[in-house]
Amino acid sequence: MEVRMRIFRFNPEKDRKPHYDVFTVEAQPTDRVLDVLEWIRGDVDGTLAFRRSCAHGVCGSDAMRINGRNYLACKVLLRDLGTTEITVEPLLGLPVIKDLIVDMGPFFEHYKTVMPYLVNDELPADGKERLQSPEQRERFDDTTKCILCAACTTSCPSFWSNGQYVGPAAIVNAHRFIFDSRDQAAVERLEILNDQFGVWRCRTAFNCTEACPREIKITQAIAEVKRAIQTGRVE
Amino acid sequence: MTQTHVFDVVIVGGGGAGLMAALNASRSAKTAVLSKLYPTRSHTGAAQGGIGAALGNLEEDHWEWHAFDTVKGSDYLGDQDAIEFMCREAVQAVYDLEHFGLPFSRTADGRIAQRPFGGHTNNLTKKPVRRSCYAADRTGHMILQTLYQQCIKNGINFYDEFQVLDLILSDGKAAGVVAVELATGELHVFHSKAVVFATGGHGRMWEITSNAYAYTGDGVAITLRNGIPAEDMEFFQFHPTGIYKLGILITEAVRGEGGILFNGKGERFMERYAPTIKDLASRDVISRAIYLEIKEGRGINGKDYVYLDVRPETVNKYAELDGRTRPDGTPYRVTAEEILSKIPDITDFCRTYLGVDPVKDPMPIQPTAHYAMGGIPTNKYGEVVVDDQGTVLPGLYAAGECACVSVHGANRLGTNSLVDLVVFGKYAGIKAAEYAKGADLPRLPADPDAGVRRQLDNLLNGSGRERAAQIGRELRKVMMDDVGVFRTEEGLKQAVEKVRELRERYKQVRVSDGGKIFNTELLNTWELGCLLDAALVTAVSALERKESRGAHAREDYPRRDDENWLKHTLAWLNEDGSVRLGYKPVVITQYAPKERVY
Repeated sequence: MEVRMRIFRFNPEKDRKPHYDVFTVEAQPTDRVLDVLEWIRGDVDGTLAFRRSCAHGVCGSDAMRINGRNYLACKVLLRDLGTTEITVEPLLGLPVIKDLIVDMGPFFEHYKTVMPYLVNDELPADGKERLQSPEQRERFDDTTKCILCAACTTSCPSFWSNGQYVGPAAIVNAHRFIFDSRDQAAVERLEILNDQFGVWRCRTAFNCTEACPREIKITQAIAEVKRAIQTGRVE
Repeated sequence: MTQTHVFDVVIVGGGGAGLMAALNASRSAKTAVLSKLYPTRSHTGAAQGGIGAALGNLEEDHWEWHAFDTVKGSDYLGDQDAIEFMCREAVQAVYDLEHFGLPFSRTADGRIAQRPFGGHTNNLTKKPVRRSCYAADRTGHMILQTLYQQCIKNGINFYDEFQVLDLILSDGKAAGVVAVELATGELHVFHSKAVVFATGGHGRMWEITSNAYAYTGDGVAITLRNGIPAEDMEFFQFHPTGIYKLGILITEAVRGEGGILFNGKGERFMERYAPTIKDLASRDVISRAIYLEIKEGRGINGKDYVYLDVRPETVNKYAELDGRTRPDGTPYRVTAEEILSKIPDITDFCRTYLGVDPVKDPMPIQPTAHYAMGGIPTNKYGEVVVDDQGTVLPGLYAAGECACVSVHGANRLGTNSLVDLVVFGKYAGIKAAEYAKGADLPRLPADPDAGVRRQLDNLLNGSGRERAAQIGRELRKVMMDDVGVFRTEEGLKQAVEKVRELRERYKQVRVSDGGKIFNTELLNTWELGCLLDAALVTAVSALERKESRGAHAREDYPRRDDENWLKHTLAWLNEDGSVRLGYKPVVITQYAPKERVY
């Protein structure tokens, strides 16, 4: 099949403003969007810049906007797009550095503010594992899947309008610890998120849930955090 | 202008080994982690099935059994002192990970869940044992995330998207590294007392691979270029179950949960190759079996793939035939729902890339280049050793897939990559910090980044007669055809010649992007140079080894030859492109080599 790929271009060393380049590519329906980008960079235009690594949806490097929606370029097959006209653009809401590469700095800074690590200094007397029932483990399973690709946060209208909002990804990672039976810092995290730039910025647009390549029920996780703040109980 | 930074310990790579090293080194030494990716993008995150440790949570198990299985799995090429050390340490390492917060799956009584995995056995009954500690089928993801979380908690210094291009040696000691900052294109010198390489593998030299684009052998190539040998490079593992054509990994856990391999005639062919352990034989054994089935025309529809079938009706049928039981002695039977809960990511891969539902359809699979057993030679403390006498290069350490301790020998057992990176990452970090404490900052040579500037200038100013993308394609093809699962004298000679030709042609490449900011073309082209160096050493080492052992299967020398080849290869890459080979003995403690039958 022949696809027409329209790619956002911006080279800060040359361009005053961005433009789009169009590449016509002969590809297989089962090719990933990433395969096409790789081919363009390798064989047509070496200056095209984008990030990628694992190429199968687990490392989170290649989140980008494809036909107006956030995806990992390695998890979208051409046949699944339903069209041969493909527009590829960088994530919204983070500064563009070059072509499809955005500055991930602000995203990781938000992530770090929610204490995204287990807090519990008490170790079992026998030195072995802490006990946790399968049900307790299941309680936070969904939010352990996050790969920090930023597809959710950069699809969020509240984040677009104010980049100080901590964003869905940070809340997902707070949720992962708040609801972990082994953790002891839920109160602190809930306090951090009960802030004008915390969970209340979420307007339940569900964009994040739709954008998540790991199919995390993000809006639900945010709602659970909101409820925990309101009730003062983690259930 | 090149900026200079000073640290006690510099760690190159932000995957599992690098982060473990960082957590341990930073307790007493000023430490920095340099990673060409954001650390959470590292390939540790792609590991699926589990980390082996004889916790014995579900049945009797002992670290000594784990050690014997690892020795046997290595086809007796692993160093037994290091293997014993690793398997004993593995138990504490897994508890450490749990204490760090790793969300392991759990048993009914709340302990860390464990599942069977290829080559891991009860040494008395020879049957599979539940040793692989797992978090669904995303154990590597959980390890990587957990270690990164701990690094944030401990305020580790990260230099994200800094690609290391050279090692600085001074008076025979490590003195730091040279790196380029991707966002600016500026060079940085990291002047340090100790350097830890944790740069991962080099599977991107093969066409069908489970490896990330980032797996370009940077660490091995950089050390080779600095006169340090590479060990056992001819041993590269092909994982038997990669998604057909894409190479994406389908974890062994699928077979641990009862999945069965079938050929085009619908036969469970592993019964013929490994009568006792069948579909859970070692990876090299199964990859060869698949190749032979395909060669005999028994692929699916005569093509070059077979089926991996984890549909509940299949699992239950063969569990009954095998007499498989649960820990409480009841017969092993599963539902589609249970399977999906154990392998959610595999299910997602199959749906995304194949349009196949693994509990309704069998998965088309073929062997995929997966793991480097060989690499930078180290001892069990992660110290880099540079000759056959165990001579340590002061201040230089390596851990994880880029290193060759050697605990994997000729073939790595499933789950042992994660054991390796946690255990040896930890010890490399501890030892590097200890060393730094007693060492002065080495003298920095004049113009430490001159070599890097020359390399990059060459890439930017080549004749342009050759294209990097084309050289990469030809490299991946020749490695797949001639340095793959089965090898012959003729094929290997051809491969050596071809890789030499490609290395020459590489000199004629010109990078078209002359910019500094995120010049990904320049860095990808530099990485191709690393792959070419690692490939040359791999092919030359393989050509010379005239026996079949583990992952190195020679059609013309089909038997293991302990008399002549029970030894590690050391390969030096000379500046003129020639490769010098040497050998060193295997450390044997208590397991005398014997025939390997599963």
